[in-house]
Amino acid sequence: MELTSHNLKSNVKDALGNEQLQKALSNVPKGFIDKRAKAAAALDEFEELRDKGREIKDHTLANLDLYLEAYEQKVIENGGHVHWAKTADDARRIALEICQKHNAKTVTKGKSMITEEVELNEHLLENGIEPVETDLGEYIIQLRNEKPSHIIAPAIHLNQGQIEEDFRRVHTHLEEDRDMSEPETLLAEAREVLRKRYFEADVGFTGANFLVAETGSSVIVTNEGNGDLTQTLGKVHVVMASIEKVVPTLADCSQILRILARSATGQDMSVYTTFSTGPKREKDPDGPKEYHVILLDNGRSDMLGTEFEEMLRCIRCGACINHCPVYHSIGGHAYGSIYPGPMGSVLTPSLAGVEKAGTLPNASTFCGRCESVCPMRIPLPKMMRHWREKEFEQHLQPKAARYGLAIWAYFAKRPKLYRALVSFAMPALSVLGGTRKRISSLPLASGWTKHRELPAPEGRTFMQAWDQREALKQEAN
Amino acid sequence: MSDIRHSVLADIRGALSKKAPDEERAKAVAERLGGRPTGIIPKRGQLKQNERVELFAEMAQKVHSSVTRVSDYDEIPGCIGNYLREHNLPAELIMGADRRLSKADWSLEKNLTIKKGPSDGNDLVGVSHAKAGIAETGTLLMASGSENPTTINFLADHHVVVIAAKDIKGDMESAWGSLNKKDGNVVMPRAVNFITGPSRSGDIEQKLLLGAHGPRALKIIIVG
Repeated sequence: MELTSHNLKSNVKDALGNEQLQKALSNVPKGFIDKRAKAAAALDEFEELRDKGREIKDHTLANLDLYLEAYEQKVIENGGHVHWAKTADDARRIALEICQKHNAKTVTKGKSMITEEVELNEHLLENGIEPVETDLGEYIIQLRNEKPSHIIAPAIHLNQGQIEEDFRRVHTHLEEDRDMSEPETLLAEAREVLRKRYFEADVGFTGANFLVAETGSSVIVTNEGNGDLTQTLGKVHVVMASIEKVVPTLADCSQILRILARSATGQDMSVYTTFSTGPKREKDPDGPKEYHVILLDNGRSDMLGTEFEEMLRCIRCGACINHCPVYHSIGGHAYGSIYPGPMGSVLTPSLAGVEKAGTLPNASTFCGRCESVCPMRIPLPKMMRHWREKEFEQHLQPKAARYGLAIWAYFAKRPKLYRALVSFAMPALSVLGGTRKRISSLPLASGWTKHRELPAPEGRTFMQAWDQREALKQEAN
Repeated sequence: MSDIRHSVLADIRGALSKKAPDEERAKAVAERLGGRPTGIIPKRGQLKQNERVELFAEMAQKVHSSVTRVSDYDEIPGCIGNYLREHNLPAELIMGADRRLSKADWSLEKNLTIKKGPSDGNDLVGVSHAKAGIAETGTLLMASGSENPTTINFLADHHVVVIAAKDIKGDMESAWGSLNKKDGNVVMPRAVNFITGPSRSGDIEQKLLLGAHGPRALKIIIVG
């Protein structure tokens, strides 16, 4: 997984100054927050289902080895093949071997974060095989040679005009006077171009939202139908999925499906939920001739039994990202990982190591919104705090942060000195705030005040306010 | 290959065995897979037959499907003929070998050309028969096979799905019950598609666009 998370600070600076990005990001809260709230409120059992979802995943994780074996056995019974991958390298190698065995020239791909994680496209290209992303958002970012900036809305960092430019640049068959100023025309163009590609593809790759141990089925949840065309029309269907995607039964899967789409896009159900079980059968008129599953670990088994195990409950709905004020301000690319937002700030250090991605959990206001909307009730803020502690313990923070904390600790351990200092500072800051009670520039705090104003204190310290309150109480008695 | 399998499973087992003995875990897994306990079923769909069909239609329309109810399979050809004329579509369609669809009196629509088999991507209108419906969300359950090829579900511009009113269930779990069973276990068709409305995308500035890669329109005909 290619990471630029160590550049978080400069990435953030660029993102905040990028007008196009800021305009595009204004669609995030508008598009997701109300819809989720309405969908959740419209289902009486929503909160109970969240508890149930947590219980199902906890039970599965506690028996993960056994459920994976049960799942594998069912896939084989249904005529499919199961391949195990410990690392991203293993997964890429196995995927390439399957493609080469079938002399694949082009492969289509349904939207899959796991293939992003193992950088499958790059590997296929290096070996002379053309990967074609078929999800509209993924197709757009493939044209731009970018990574997704959101796990369920990969092109959310772009505006319509930018996409139009890309289509004109790459789709050279388009006539200049063809009107491409509406999203509908862009979609129609992508639809037409991609239709041919599905039929040409030798292999279709998809991810999986779930793997069902009871039946050996892989499940994808989509709105566009591209994932289904990919897995139906390719001669070979390859599912790449991480090990924690397994659930015990169809009944368990149904429970979690009820909270997935509602949390993600505010739909009761996504348009297409497909359960694929093995290759084309004797009397089937359509479907892939071969069916393969690549089960990827890539650091996940190391999370079991640790304080980060609960992260493996994640069903990749994106709700934490959609509700994160930090994501709203900086977008996904600034995180420097394909997993952005709160879920990424916990998962990326788990997969790539705290030394490479330990800075990500600092990109949080700890407002707790992520945990409050997570359908699987993952305690994201708590886990981000764990990573911050680890970052501190391993001396990975920048000097300024360590010295700053040391200075603060010096005063915090000396209450008299601390109180004397703040009783001088508070009135001074209050005066600086003026009648608007906002501070727009302050020495040593330009990192804050450059992009937003600092609310000015009222003029008294907490201790002073408390003393006064107690005194008033005494008088009243 | 088997080395990797062994090492992945050993790493998982190493972490999990500390928390509970393997025998205890094996028992819990066998019970879960054997018993398949049902979870929480939303009350929304727990209605009498006719109300359930009404809820199904209401939920399907909410997600941009259009719904017509007819009393008999012989009304289907006329209903589809009207749909084609209303939408200025050529009098051609494709469908699989579904017996209930084949039984309808297609001679009532004299000009209609009917192709049988899977779609090659050049069909404007495809007709399928659903295995079941899910009232709580207005969802169709489609089972793959020669009766209803999966390609028709995704390649036709206009997808017309016929469903028997009695097959409309209140919830997802009951819909699973419509699939065939062997020794008490569900026999999964190669593909089961849950379909809830026509294909859509929100990938450009979060604007809702219908007809992304799959059908631009979904027409549901409820029979009975």
